[in-house]
Amino acid sequence: MRIDGKGLIDRSKKLRFQFDEIGYSAFEGDTVASALLAAGQRLMGRSFKYHRPRGVLTAGSEEPNALLTVGHGAAQEPNVRATTQEVYDGLRVRSQNAWPSLKTDVMAVNDLAWPFLGAGFYYKTFMWPRAFWERLYEPVIRRAAGLGGLSGEHNPDTYEKAYAFCDLLVIGAGPAGLMAALTAGRAGADVFLLDEDSRMGGRLNAETYIVDGMPGSDWATEAVAELRSMENVRLMTRTTLVGAYDHGTYAALERVSSHRRVPAEGAALETFWRIVAKRAILAAGALERPIAFENNDRPGIMTAGAVRAYLNRWGVSPGQRVAVFGNNDDAHRTATDLIEAGVEVAALIDSRPDAELKGHAFPTYSGGLVTGSTGRLGLKRIAVKSDGITEELEVDCLAMSGGWNPTVHVTCHMNGRPTWREDIASFVPTPGSVPGLEVAGACKGDFSTAACLAAGAAAAKSALKELGLKVPRGAVPDAEDSPYRLSPLWAVPGKGRAWLDFQNDVTVKDIKQAATENFRSVEHMKRYTTQGMATDQGKNSNVAALALLADATGRGIPETGTTTFRPPFTPVALAAFGAGAQGEGFAPRRLTTSHATSVTMDAPMIEAGLWYRPSYFPKPGETHWRQSCDREVGYVRNAVGICDVSTLGKIDIQGLGAAALLDMVYTNTFSTLKVGRVRYGLMLREDGYVMDDGTTARLGEQHYVMTTTTAAAGSVMRHLEFVHQVLRPDLDVRFTSVTEQWAQFAVAGPKSREVLNDLLDDRIDNESWPFMACGPVGVAGVQGRLFRISFSGEHAYEVAVPARYGESLFKLLLARAEALGGGAYGMEALNVLRIEKGHITHAEIHGRTTAFDIGFARMVSAKKDCIGQAMAAREGLVEPDRERLVGLKPVGAVKELTAGAHLFARDAAATRENDQGYVTSVGFSPTLGHFIALGFVKRGPERMGETLRLVDHLRGIETEVEICSPGFVDPEGERTRG
Amino acid sequence: MRLTCPMCGARDRREFYYQGDAVACARPARDADIPAWDDYLHLRDNPAGVRRELWHHEAGCGSWLVVERDTTTHEVHSVALVEAPA
Amino acid sequence: MVELSAKSPCAGLLPMTIGGVSVAEVDLGRLTSIAPYKGRATEAAEDFKAAHGLAYPAANRATGKDGSRALWFGRDMVLLAGPSCDDRLAQNAALTDQSDAWASVTVTGERAEEVLARLVPIDLRAAHFKRGHTARTLIMHMNGSITRVGADSFLILVFRAMAGTLVHDLKQAMEAVAARG
Repeated sequence: MRIDGKGLIDRSKKLRFQFDEIGYSAFEGDTVASALLAAGQRLMGRSFKYHRPRGVLTAGSEEPNALLTVGHGAAQEPNVRATTQEVYDGLRVRSQNAWPSLKTDVMAVNDLAWPFLGAGFYYKTFMWPRAFWERLYEPVIRRAAGLGGLSGEHNPDTYEKAYAFCDLLVIGAGPAGLMAALTAGRAGADVFLLDEDSRMGGRLNAETYIVDGMPGSDWATEAVAELRSMENVRLMTRTTLVGAYDHGTYAALERVSSHRRVPAEGAALETFWRIVAKRAILAAGALERPIAFENNDRPGIMTAGAVRAYLNRWGVSPGQRVAVFGNNDDAHRTATDLIEAGVEVAALIDSRPDAELKGHAFPTYSGGLVTGSTGRLGLKRIAVKSDGITEELEVDCLAMSGGWNPTVHVTCHMNGRPTWREDIASFVPTPGSVPGLEVAGACKGDFSTAACLAAGAAAAKSALKELGLKVPRGAVPDAEDSPYRLSPLWAVPGKGRAWLDFQNDVTVKDIKQAATENFRSVEHMKRYTTQGMATDQGKNSNVAALALLADATGRGIPETGTTTFRPPFTPVALAAFGAGAQGEGFAPRRLTTSHATSVTMDAPMIEAGLWYRPSYFPKPGETHWRQSCDREVGYVRNAVGICDVSTLGKIDIQGLGAAALLDMVYTNTFSTLKVGRVRYGLMLREDGYVMDDGTTARLGEQHYVMTTTTAAAGSVMRHLEFVHQVLRPDLDVRFTSVTEQWAQFAVAGPKSREVLNDLLDDRIDNESWPFMACGPVGVAGVQGRLFRISFSGEHAYEVAVPARYGESLFKLLLARAEALGGGAYGMEALNVLRIEKGHITHAEIHGRTTAFDIGFARMVSAKKDCIGQAMAAREGLVEPDRERLVGLKPVGAVKELTAGAHLFARDAAATRENDQGYVTSVGFSPTLGHFIALGFVKRGPERMGETLRLVDHLRGIETEVEICSPGFVDPEGERTRG
Repeated sequence: MRLTCPMCGARDRREFYYQGDAVACARPARDADIPAWDDYLHLRDNPAGVRRELWHHEAGCGSWLVVERDTTTHEVHSVALVEAPA
Repeated sequence: MVELSAKSPCAGLLPMTIGGVSVAEVDLGRLTSIAPYKGRATEAAEDFKAAHGLAYPAANRATGKDGSRALWFGRDMVLLAGPSCDDRLAQNAALTDQSDAWASVTVTGERAEEVLARLVPIDLRAAHFKRGHTARTLIMHMNGSITRVGADSFLILVFRAMAGTLVHDLKQAMEAVAARG
């Protein structure tokens, strides 16, 4: 029922929206909850377990009942709280967890079966037969459980993340937060003020307080206007502080577009903020707690503070005839606010026998209790017991207040535990729980407006002092300062079901049952009953539940303690946590200079670390990648092939200590390498296993350039810095990555020199550029570098030019290669070529192989120290029985070999105990006409010629292979030198 | 989590690579016995309290850092360069 | 005689302007990393000043003059942008040509700070990151260098091969900022 003349809504802006396909009207400033209540729609949802009809319990983000699905199709958003969803014109929301309709929900049969469905029901019932759990019970239970659902389609919404920095973060813009921001802002501090609501002011917008001689909401509006005028203050509404983390880092979720019908082009739905603050003030206020009594969950029963919020903020009375039930003075203002607004108050019931309730024009009951209610889809009557007499009152709304719980959650995010305060029967934050964060106002248990304002100013002053800023003087505005008196009332005694956790349908009985069954620890009780495990994380029920547990176990509340509040404070979509990482934002794409040309040639690109490399270059008529790969291998073996090798890591190493450092990181010696020569190097980890390999060229006396594998470039760079800075700071050496500076291409095959001589400024021959020579060259007039190295085993070079010329050089090389019967080759051919030569990659040096295993034991020089040397010599790393590198070829007809397959003796069963080794790399060698493989076999090199059984359990392949030398093609290396 | 790099200032955790215990700084002599190497490479204390760790400011200046950090409070007591720059 | 043609890292990707913020590729000229050898930082800085007439930048600072710019580039390293580096510097520092290694863009506009706040995990507001300040940090997932070159202008360097990703990430941030109106 809308009340004329009340509320902070804009009645000149009328909006239309749909709830369950029925049209409703609203005003700008309404939430779905306020608009539905205005229309008399109290029923908004069904509960999780018993499918009980429910309406709103609260007016904020702690709402447990009124959860809706917003939108349709792929973008639908489940479990949105009706109390925070702002109405926009054309909004469509749906109720959840009800079928066929909210009014008639067949799953409500659960509610009739309630005597069987209490806490622990599932644990006890679905124990056996054991096999039924996975096949029957769990699927059925899962189908029945849950509230809203996702569409199952790709989420089209975008989320963003952002960073913010400030001197002072103020969390919450109620009286304490506003006063803190004003105090710090006026002092010139760099302030960031955020609030969860669309409108700042907190309870000032929901109450009828007078602040500084004006309505509290007006004072808030003025304060916000003043703050907006300050350049040193940033304000954010619709932003929930969801977590406190180490060293002044806070996470906040901003709802950017959820209140707009059509988000602005490119706008995010939500922004996940990471805020770094030198100091913070938590002014998050307090949450009102319900009172448990029989059937206290009917639509129309809500917290007293919520009733006042709907009345004063939105100009809506949640009922025509309202009763108020509380255990504290604060609840009384509900009745007076309603009367002043012209709403009928049926009764004011205070559980305290000594409550002062005189002078009211409505019936009052001191020492009274509400013992029950009726009305299936909406409250009709309550039973009031006073002086031993129970009477029934006709009401359609009950405002209840069990007192207020300070919103301590954020102070517990870093393992802080709240402190029990007997006088307010609540937990308050323990000072110092979050370093740098101070708590002020109702959040700390100071409930009057005057106390909040004073606390906000005081907290700001102490923060200013900590920040080394001048602390201003200034008065705090006058405001209401009524004392907060209450007497705890957690549950009204009675037989029926009295609800504590509305969202997970946990009753007073369930808590008692947990205690009876010896789940006495608060953490055990929580898991046994599921109290506090729903999306509201027990904000409405925790304190009452543990008070009842304390009672049932004969302990005090402080001894019973609380469960741990963890981030996030309110639910955060995973998409918001991972904001920006959808699609191309997932990881950087590192593209070579030949990328565009390769794509034009229809080469499928595969990921290699962050790089993209061509898999193969299909030609017209080729229907299978193997055809392309075979052809490309043929280019290299018979003519000339071109391959972009720019992705390999290249590290420039200079200085007097360069040679010594290389001797330290490589097993073999580089100080003896001649200038103008390249050497293959093997790098170990300190634990003796192989880390990486590659070639290093000596460009000058004190100048080397190291090549790493594509995958290990980053970790090798870090390793070099580690060895230098941490282990050998005595060495005078400097490193720089030059991977990106050079575009480098392999030119491989018998005709490679022919191709190069067409492009180099000075012709080369075998004398001037023998195998493993390197040096500067002019490439079509550009200063480049040439290395005579070979991964394919052919007569081959790698030519490098500054990256700006990369694309151009690639095209020139291709044109010349093609003219000579060759062309580009991709990763598949490169892989076959190196397997044919027995060259290893990270398929072989996978982290468990030693230099001994790959046949390089002699490369570990004993003449000098190197990383990994000591451990590589350990018995276990050089024992002959280890699985060692071998070549494998099929026996008999050509059959497929697969990497990952395991090897067994011919007559042995293919079981783990009989495992003789495994296959690491496989390729079809067009040169040899059959599959070839590399693998590791126990005592491999001693077993040449032996036939083994190859079994790929995963792919169901079995064949026989013969152990052979890993060098399949040109084992003497004559072609390389040719 | 934030670390104050002596060179770059206070930075977000994401700029740093975590290596492990700072014992890695004390590499045994080449001819040290195997138990010494085993100790250096594999045996670690797991203290509830202050520990010295090695971090690398990989996305910043590239310095290796020794960080003194309390595992129970997450408090960072100090961040120092392993080796001062030139 | 064949000729190699040059292509810039952001060719075909830039410029772009969204919501009043512009991103443009800049040709910084030659890029040389200067890494003073052990114990020779002072000498290297003097050589640098003498050869290029520019102050050798301290950590987290950039200096510049007449088309030359020197960016602190990390531990023991400064990046000289503009002229070819004088060979004399080689006696006290390792010099490495980086002219083709980096994609360089400027991000300019009243809301440039807001755009970068979506990508860079450091405080870039003018009060904290003034003209002449530079940082090695992250740009989204990429290691890079960022320098304030004007009241509302930043210079960003990332690895050349990631130019496309830089443009993608900037574009997304610019659209989000523009959409906030």
